[in-house]
Amino acid sequence: MSETEAPAEASDGGLFDRGGNDLLLIGAVLAAIYLVYAGVAVLLDLRVAGTLIDLTRWIGLFAIVTLALNLHWGYTGLFNIGVVGFMGVGVYATAVASKPVATDAAAGATGGFGLPLWLGIIIGGIVAGLFGLVIALPALRLRADYLAIVTVAVSEILRFVFRNRSIASFDVGGRSVGLGGGDGLQLDWGSEAELLLDALFLGGVYDWLVNTLEGTVAGNPEAIADGIVYGLILIAFVIGYYLLLQRMANSPFGRVLKAIREDEEAAGSLGKDTARFKLIVFMIGCGLMGVAGVVWFMNAGGQGTINSTQFRPELTFYVWIALIIGGAGSNTGSVLGGAIFAAVLFQGPRFLQDVIREFVNLQQAPLGDVPGSFGAAMAPVSGNLDVVPLLLYTASRISDMQLLIMGLVLIWLMHNRPEGMLGHRKEHAAAVSLDRPEDTSSKGFALTTDGGTTDATDGGQTDE
Amino acid sequence: MSDSDLNGSEVATDTPAEGDHADGEVETGADADAAAETDSRGLQAAGSETTDDGSNPPLQVEGLHKSFGGITAVDGTSFEVAAGSLTGLIGPNGAGKSTTFNCITGVHEPDSGLVRLKGEDITGLAPHDIADRGLVRTFQIAREFAEMTVLENMMLAPMHQRGETLWRSILPGTRDSVIEQEQEELERSWEALEFFEIDHLADEYAKNLSGGQRKLLELARALLTDPDVLLLDEPFAGVNPSLEERLLDHIHELSDSGYTFLIVEHDMDLIMQNCERIVVLHQGRVLTKGTPDEVRSDERVLEAYLGGEVES
Repeated sequence: MSETEAPAEASDGGLFDRGGNDLLLIGAVLAAIYLVYAGVAVLLDLRVAGTLIDLTRWIGLFAIVTLALNLHWGYTGLFNIGVVGFMGVGVYATAVASKPVATDAAAGATGGFGLPLWLGIIIGGIVAGLFGLVIALPALRLRADYLAIVTVAVSEILRFVFRNRSIASFDVGGRSVGLGGGDGLQLDWGSEAELLLDALFLGGVYDWLVNTLEGTVAGNPEAIADGIVYGLILIAFVIGYYLLLQRMANSPFGRVLKAIREDEEAAGSLGKDTARFKLIVFMIGCGLMGVAGVVWFMNAGGQGTINSTQFRPELTFYVWIALIIGGAGSNTGSVLGGAIFAAVLFQGPRFLQDVIREFVNLQQAPLGDVPGSFGAAMAPVSGNLDVVPLLLYTASRISDMQLLIMGLVLIWLMHNRPEGMLGHRKEHAAAVSLDRPEDTSSKGFALTTDGGTTDATDGGQTDE
Repeated sequence: MSDSDLNGSEVATDTPAEGDHADGEVETGADADAAAETDSRGLQAAGSETTDDGSNPPLQVEGLHKSFGGITAVDGTSFEVAAGSLTGLIGPNGAGKSTTFNCITGVHEPDSGLVRLKGEDITGLAPHDIADRGLVRTFQIAREFAEMTVLENMMLAPMHQRGETLWRSILPGTRDSVIEQEQEELERSWEALEFFEIDHLADEYAKNLSGGQRKLLELARALLTDPDVLLLDEPFAGVNPSLEERLLDHIHELSDSGYTFLIVEHDMDLIMQNCERIVVLHQGRVLTKGTPDEVRSDERVLEAYLGGEVES
């Protein structure tokens, strides 16, 4: 809308132009993030590869979940604040489907059905989607804010279901399966990276990577190979999600979703069965969240295990912050928001803490020791008004202030840029460019011909 | 009292007058068939028949009842809207106009009575279902899709777009047909915007339009659904006089080209000057109906508007 946006808008004539610009934008933001991280890591001699692999992991994970949430909230206006619950359903379903069959049920080990991991991920997505459908059937009839209450309640209930002892382990056809109860489930199917590459008949690539790394890099080559391949898989997921949702958005289907977001009753008055659209979208979004949950917890969050304590609501709100930063209603914005949230607000304070610790160690002599506890940090302040130990203490524990920083950023955003980075942008929901076709002015609207005697074929009611 | 609406002869007699406005060619074509088919309905129906396919007026309301708690809002309303006509539904405050309108469009389900669209019973169907069958409404306060551009607003309207089915929009093989249809919709949308002279606003967010422009947009949008009957809920409320003139011109032009309108309006003068048929509601019943002259000559109408007790 503003003048400064004019060049970008002028060139968004075709889908590909727009896509091109957006890819450049995403590329530029990612390049900046990686440059800062890599530069600082190299300068301070931190572990460079590990830092970048971690960064990629979180950027990818937040990007896909934010994309899925954008379908719910950004496009359709469905206020889903139970994201983590649907992610949990996905990963638990995958775990039950793909965990190896328990060989020794008597020992109390909980197994699964031993299906291939790729199939398990699909099952996880389907189960999460169907679960979303079950929630949506009653909840979508309610007014919008009640959907929010239902979803957050469901995600909390799920957390308790996951730790429920009575379904921790049970027999299905002689196989001991279950959700593991309070102990959680071990995702003991092996290296996800290797399994997923094998599923794509690229197992050789994995072996080659491990062999190459073996000679050149210190440490466990398989772990590094896993990290790299996992990062690539995440990037593939981001691209896949982005393309799928972009295609959905740039279509008559996406147009109806936007109309539902804007005014459901008006959309209904134009003959759109809004309830059906909402059901479909809720189901698909939940399915995407389910798959994202599998990818998230199979490696990054759980270190090979899942446990009910990992599915706390703050994860949902992280995703919401990412969506708000990027701009609800824009898929490109969602990717950017996910990336920036992950790099700045999520990993940023941790990374900063690493950096500060290095830095403080170097300066240890002139500034004095870092206090070991809050009490030790406060004592000099009350004693002789020496705030240096308190500052040192704060700086050394800056990652504990992550939530505080997030809150401040959120408040600032709400005040100054509630539409996020790209939320202001016009992204036409249509499968074609909406420029004026060349020939309309010559033809004219059918009704403009006087008396409407010759236009029975076009626009008039007489064509039925 | 539904007796009053059986004075069909009144309605029938004024149809020739209506012919002045409605397009002659549609009428003459269907008239004979319709007259033959509708013997049982008598003169009244024959006069008003202009639809190609059926023997019924496009919209019929029969004995509509609706009460909220102890208050009866609509009490046996019956009327019909002739094809190609511009029919006004008027009445003083609390006469039941809005409730009647909402019962017709499916927002409320009537307690009893029938609503027929092209002879088909649509009573109690969901609003989107009713719109889907060809009865499309506009709102008293225009309801544009604020954060969508004017053109997107228009493109939404056409019914049964292929791409509204998700898999067709996504799958590579089927998306081409979606794009093809989008191209057609796009052309029609631009044409409609030009017709309503708001094409210069096409890429503007709908929320940036003035109140009157929103009314135009809403009417244009409703037209793109290819409706059989258009129900306009106080289309002139909050519209300045010059725009009102423009809106009226458009409505007359559309009416001349065969569209059927039912307009709910508060402003009696406006309806008197522009509608061919008028239905006057009072206390949930049809007080009288007929041509503007007939309605004007009915003393009860004035009394009702002045708040008097009226025998309907």
